[in-house]
Amino acid sequence: MSKQLEQTLKERIAQVEQGGEEKYHAKLKEQNKLFVRDRLKLLFDGEFMVEDGLFANFTAGDLPADGVVTAIGKVNGRTVCVMANDSTVKAGSWGARTVEKIIRIQETAEKMRVPLIYLVDSAGARITDQLEMFPGRRGAGRIFYNQVKLSGKIPQVCILFGPSAAGGAYIPAFCDVVIMVDKNASMYLGSPRMAEMVIGEKVTLEELGGARMHCSVSGCGDILAANEEEAIQAARRYLGFFPADYTKEPPVEAARPPKPDARDINEIVPENQNTPFNMYDLIDALVDEGSFFEIKKLFAQELITGFARLDGKPVGIVANQPRVKGGVLFVDSADKAARFITLCDAFQIPLLFLADVPGFMIGTAVERAGIIRHGAKMIAAMAEATVPKISVIVRKAYGAGLYAMASSAFEPDACLALPGAQIAVMGPEAAVNAVYSNKIQAIEDPQERQAFIMEKRREYQQDIDIYLLASNLIVDAIVPPSELRGELIRRFGVYGSKRQIFSERKHPVYPV
Amino acid sequence: MKNVTASMAGTVINVLVQAGDQVNAGQDVVVLESMKMEVPIQAEADGKVAEVKVHVGDFVNDGDVILVLE
Repeated sequence: MSKQLEQTLKERIAQVEQGGEEKYHAKLKEQNKLFVRDRLKLLFDGEFMVEDGLFANFTAGDLPADGVVTAIGKVNGRTVCVMANDSTVKAGSWGARTVEKIIRIQETAEKMRVPLIYLVDSAGARITDQLEMFPGRRGAGRIFYNQVKLSGKIPQVCILFGPSAAGGAYIPAFCDVVIMVDKNASMYLGSPRMAEMVIGEKVTLEELGGARMHCSVSGCGDILAANEEEAIQAARRYLGFFPADYTKEPPVEAARPPKPDARDINEIVPENQNTPFNMYDLIDALVDEGSFFEIKKLFAQELITGFARLDGKPVGIVANQPRVKGGVLFVDSADKAARFITLCDAFQIPLLFLADVPGFMIGTAVERAGIIRHGAKMIAAMAEATVPKISVIVRKAYGAGLYAMASSAFEPDACLALPGAQIAVMGPEAAVNAVYSNKIQAIEDPQERQAFIMEKRREYQQDIDIYLLASNLIVDAIVPPSELRGELIRRFGVYGSKRQIFSERKHPVYPV
Repeated sequence: MKNVTASMAGTVINVLVQAGDQVNAGQDVVVLESMKMEVPIQAEADGKVAEVKVHVGDFVNDGDVILVLE
């Protein structure tokens, strides 16, 4: 073969690898965005990369790689598949070859049983190509079909660097986790321009579908990153907790003690059931230093969800946060928990519930929002989870809040309690009011009335005494707070061999 | 002007600042009681308190303005 052929090929490869026209590269810089191939360099370990479809739509002349890079690389030493939009090529829009490339990398990830990462920065469908890329068997709909099929088989991670518009917005929606770059990332079905034209609403892109909105209000985003580098690092860290596919065990790292200035649990948890404390302090005292990786930090903050390591082994934590909204469960916090529990259970990540919950919120607003069906969703996800699961009643668990936090009836491998824990249908104040309301009203002398209330509360406290509950085998162990970390490590260690099929059937009828 | 709003429905049991006070983002400014829990409400930004809109004993709904920062 003549050297000239090789020379021509190399020139053409170099040309395609440069992406779109120079002016679009300049625009990236203005927006604090990186070129797609620079993003891949940050994502992958070293230089290793295998790419298909580089010459997709080459003959068109102005559509390098047809606006998407599909590649296989290594993250944390393990193989991953990637699809990455190139916004310098027709704003990252999807043509027929773009869609075919995305479908193929999905098929590759499925066959190889490795995670698939979607680096999204796309204006959506190329309307001029719609017949070829939109409605058919291997049109864009197939991408979403595949995502649904892959869900729970392999980890699917989305980093959103720019817009993800209209149909394209479903790529993040079907991923396990969505990392959004502040100010640049957005998701929306109809743009602000369309909103104004069609429904008469005037709104900015940031308000309508910006990263911060989605990470704090809608819950469509999981992690808000300050810039692209941070977003890519978050994806690498996230993947560090996950096995390549659902049949494998999550990766173990070197064990580390909790952070040295973590406070004593006895000091963190107040004795008074009604006083707030910061659940993050308790998490710090329990987990390996620096290992906590929070999911949906800005969304429904009355409940904390995140990954951490206990003695080097991954664990998913679901914890009430009494510092925010009293740690009460709301519609959004129930959804947040359900989603996170399902994610952990799908990929063999054991679950740790840290319960300090007064119950589900009551009142008109939440009833109208369907708190019962949202609560049912959380309880169903938790009940169905067959990974090792431990529930710790930190201070209190009242009403359906007790059920939602994986208490005894829901087959945790253990329901543990700290010595001050209270478990009841409701707290002493509410219970005494409920049971003795008429009697209390009937006592005219205020002092006498107060004395009666205090006496009944004391009796109630005795009825729900934690040793009484342990005596009745309702909790499996009462654990000294200073020994809780060691107890959890030992228990998760022995429960590691657990394999359970929850229920034989096609699938449940999900509460949604 | 920035509003500090109630994060959930409840009764005001403690007002920790008064007009003219300088507050920092994250500082507790009012405590509600709801679902038998003390629920501290924090300022979301630094600023000087222009007006406190609630008194101890008031019922507030989710989203009601509790105080205004300059």
